[in-house]
Amino acid sequence: MTAGGGHAARIQRAGQVVALLGVAALLGLLVWRVAFRDDTGAADKLGQGTPVVAPAFVLDRLDRDGRLALADLRGKAVVVNFWASWCIPCREEAPVLQQTYQRYRDQGLVVLGIDVNDFREDARRFMRRYGMTYPVVYDGKGSTVGKWGVRGFPETFFVDRSGKLVGERISGAVDIERNREAYERGVALVLADAP
Amino acid sequence: MTRLALLAALLVFAGGLASTPAAGAPSPADLEAELVCPTCKTTLDQSDAPVARRMKQIIRARLAAGATEQEIKAELVAQFGPAVIAEPPKTGFDLLAWLVPLGILAVGALGVGVIAWGWSRRRSDEPPEEALDPALERRLDSELERFDG
Repeated sequence: MTAGGGHAARIQRAGQVVALLGVAALLGLLVWRVAFRDDTGAADKLGQGTPVVAPAFVLDRLDRDGRLALADLRGKAVVVNFWASWCIPCREEAPVLQQTYQRYRDQGLVVLGIDVNDFREDARRFMRRYGMTYPVVYDGKGSTVGKWGVRGFPETFFVDRSGKLVGERISGAVDIERNREAYERGVALVLADAP
Repeated sequence: MTRLALLAALLVFAGGLASTPAAGAPSPADLEAELVCPTCKTTLDQSDAPVARRMKQIIRARLAAGATEQEIKAELVAQFGPAVIAEPPKTGFDLLAWLVPLGILAVGALGVGVIAWGWSRRRSDEPPEEALDPALERRLDSELERFDG
């Protein structure tokens, strides 16, 4: 073999090694992703009956200045409602949520709206239009969606006074026939958990 | 009289310029192709989600009000975060999204160059082909003629 041939063979072998290493790295990444991924949101764990702490967040408030953390509501019964001003069923359920807040706030219940993927001004207009007086936080980026396992809007969850999710995840407006019972059960469940 | 006519013509021309969008101003379609719907994660021009429809409305309204592309993008980023821009930013960690493909391309081109150089060297190192024996060449020619004939 000539000197040039030996050099080319060495380059070819080095290329093969680099290519193999690249393929092995990609394969390793794939295996790691499949084996260790945990993209199940809290809602999926709740559906499987696993006790789950409501995922924490700190977000800007829309109903007033400042920020609000879910942890600030520890000790209260919380109805967490994911909504957006462009969501039509959200319009239908807004009065029901407001009614729940007014009826049970003296018993330590808070309805907490999380406005997702929305324009702040559209959300504030919606809140004025539907007379919402309960706290609402703004999550324009949708940072809470994955952690909570929200699949669409509206969705409603119940957080007990110790910060755990209880009851069922309610997909769709809380006032429609298929959700009404689960909603009332969820409200009763968080209220029953007296301090 | 001529001066008045000239002035009137100039005013009409200036008015026409004022009502024409500035050259290079983005169209709504340009922006819709560069921005992502936060719920469905496709570009706005590909999405009919309610929030995407609302974003398109806002873009049109802001363009009509004279906002620049950068202003509109900044406003949308303030609402929905940097993921609303289809292209990754060219700063910080996101810069890797631009540099890594270019790096891979450069390394690939370098590799091809090195291999091609190796081949050309090997070819020049090879000994020149030996001439055929004249008797063998004559025999080959006659065989080929017979074959063709």
